[in-house]
Amino acid sequence: MKQTISEFLIGLLFGLGLVLSGMTDPGKVKGFLDIFGSWDPSLALVMAGAIVVGFLAFTIAKKRTTSFLGSELHLPTSNQIDKPLVIGAVLFGAGWGLAGFCPGPVIVSFAAGQTKAIFFLVMMIIGMWIFERFSNGFSNKNHQ
Amino acid sequence: MTIDWLHFTPWLSLGGGLLLGCSAAAFILINGRILGISGILGGLLKPRNGDIAWRVAFLFGMTASPFVTFLLLPPNLMQDPRIDVGYGTLAVAGLLVGFGTRYGSGCTSGHGVCGLSRLSPRSLVSTVTFMGVGFCMVYFMRHVF
Repeated sequence: MKQTISEFLIGLLFGLGLVLSGMTDPGKVKGFLDIFGSWDPSLALVMAGAIVVGFLAFTIAKKRTTSFLGSELHLPTSNQIDKPLVIGAVLFGAGWGLAGFCPGPVIVSFAAGQTKAIFFLVMMIIGMWIFERFSNGFSNKNHQ
Repeated sequence: MTIDWLHFTPWLSLGGGLLLGCSAAAFILINGRILGISGILGGLLKPRNGDIAWRVAFLFGMTASPFVTFLLLPPNLMQDPRIDVGYGTLAVAGLLVGFGTRYGSGCTSGHGVCGLSRLSPRSLVSTVTFMGVGFCMVYFMRHVF
């Protein structure tokens, strides 16, 4: 129960952070990406603020074996810089630049009832679903 | 390059960023999980026993944020969203973001915030790549075509 309440509240806090920082406005995101035009540097400050706090937290987390609530710490272990990592980032960057939406803000804007965000979220989930189909076929081939 | 002073919101963005950092910090330290939205959402498409409830709780929290914003924050803090593309472009972009984030194991939150915070080389490569491609995309859309 404690876990669930904490998960809910952290999701809420994260959503508020996205609203406050301006990330839920695709125009603002594109303003940041428009480095050769009229540039809005806000997003650099969003990243800086988040990473300063995040760095402190992960420094503590790396020294622990369990979370404060006693659950397992799920820290990523992969160090491989491989094709999927880079190709995936290229495709994501292309979509992000086209629309100015990334997964977090689109969920918040969906909940706020914005029609275009609802449409984008549906297409994004279809994209994720295509990946699941693709990766199933891919791994089956490799594991035969 | 010129700075868009009209839309630049240094304090709000820094404050919002600190909140995002606090959320990522709380999620790893209290719940032991990486706060990465594409992974949290995408994991629901391949549901495994005992791996569903935490994702749903977190996403419900996120969807509550517009209502809490509406209730608690002064209305002039909220920026009206500017979406300058039509449904055709949104469809392509949505598919690319959905597929790309899952194939590349993360998005702005998982790689950009958490990954860079834990000094992961993989996340650095990912973030530099998706931001670089984002810069190029907007450059071509706004200044070439």
